[in-house]
Amino acid sequence: MDKFEKAFNDIIEKDLKVEPRDWMPEKYRKTLIRQVSQHAHSEIIGMQPEGNWLLRAPSLRSKQVLLAKIQDEAGHGLYLYSVAETLGISRQEMNAQLHSGEAKYSSIFNYPTLTWADMGAVGWLVDGSAIVNQVSLQRTSYGPYARGMVRICKEESFHQRQGYEIMVKMAFGTPEQKEMAQDALNRFWEPSLMMFGPHDADSAHSSQSMAWKIKRESNDHLRQRFIDRTVPQAEYLGLTIPDPNIKWNEETGHYDHSPFNWDEFWNVVNGNGPCNQERLDHHKKALSDNTWVREAAAAYAVKTENVVA
Amino acid sequence: MESGDKVWEVFIQKKPGLAFKHVGSCHAYDKKMAIQNARDLYTRRGEGRALWVVPADAIVAVPLDDSEAFFDPGDDKVYRHATFYKTPDGVKYL
Repeated sequence: MDKFEKAFNDIIEKDLKVEPRDWMPEKYRKTLIRQVSQHAHSEIIGMQPEGNWLLRAPSLRSKQVLLAKIQDEAGHGLYLYSVAETLGISRQEMNAQLHSGEAKYSSIFNYPTLTWADMGAVGWLVDGSAIVNQVSLQRTSYGPYARGMVRICKEESFHQRQGYEIMVKMAFGTPEQKEMAQDALNRFWEPSLMMFGPHDADSAHSSQSMAWKIKRESNDHLRQRFIDRTVPQAEYLGLTIPDPNIKWNEETGHYDHSPFNWDEFWNVVNGNGPCNQERLDHHKKALSDNTWVREAAAAYAVKTENVVA
Repeated sequence: MESGDKVWEVFIQKKPGLAFKHVGSCHAYDKKMAIQNARDLYTRRGEGRALWVVPADAIVAVPLDDSEAFFDPGDDKVYRHATFYKTPDGVKYL
């Protein structure tokens, strides 16, 4: 083992942070690029299902809030792209990998947002699940990623609360509104649980990622934490978790639940969800429609920025 | 990277009197765009009132291989620290 590898192992063992210019195993770098770019793409693609309701928000207040939230998601995507760039991949390469299907994004964003209650369910459940995952990642071993997570978690807590606020309004509103809230919960419950990834036993990258402290807690562990937090929140709303086997287990100190429908999960991961094509097409179109802006900006910079060129 | 697109490192001063702190990076084509993008990306919640952007390739760093030898002169001069010196009992304000 050379001195660089030893230095890397020491960092991991002592719970310190690996920094961009430190030596790291090629596999560590690759794993991080895969995970961070997937995380970044999720933030960016995640703007689409919410953007769907921006022009139909029921009040000026809710429109302002939704706009601020979507802007945050764009910001989170950009923080994460910056993190990935420190590992030696360019933003163009990441976009190319997204478009070719080589890089993934969270499957949850391949489900449509059909009613305004979905904006509540997305904030409450999807952001709620993301927060549980991201809080854990604040302790990840790669310094720029950990610092990005701290920043994102601070901002994300508003997202979950605004989602829950919508759920409260709907659940305590008219019977039709309550029905919409229940319907949104029904559709987003299981996909939100799937956001934590496959069971630990079936997760291809998990054990090495845990050893390198890229991941700090296992998929199943984080998923259970999310369930335990969320069930009482649903009870407050007077809504029913769409799983007849959700039950508090005195012995384990956790909620029991039914097995998940993993066929559905893999089907969506592999591109056959209700909105996979639409999400990717929209991203490609936006990037291509903006080409002239980038060209104009480049031409303008050449004209005006001789000093820093 | 696409032609003309550059990475800029972003520094924010939280309050007057504090040092500028590196917060991350952003992309932009020119200085003005860099400072606007940095504002939108890093100061959405009053994180600071002063902002620097620096082209990432303008930053010079000590190569990793050299860092041990490079910083060595600072490691063995204990007399640069106040704790190196003995002060007589009863003498105050030193």
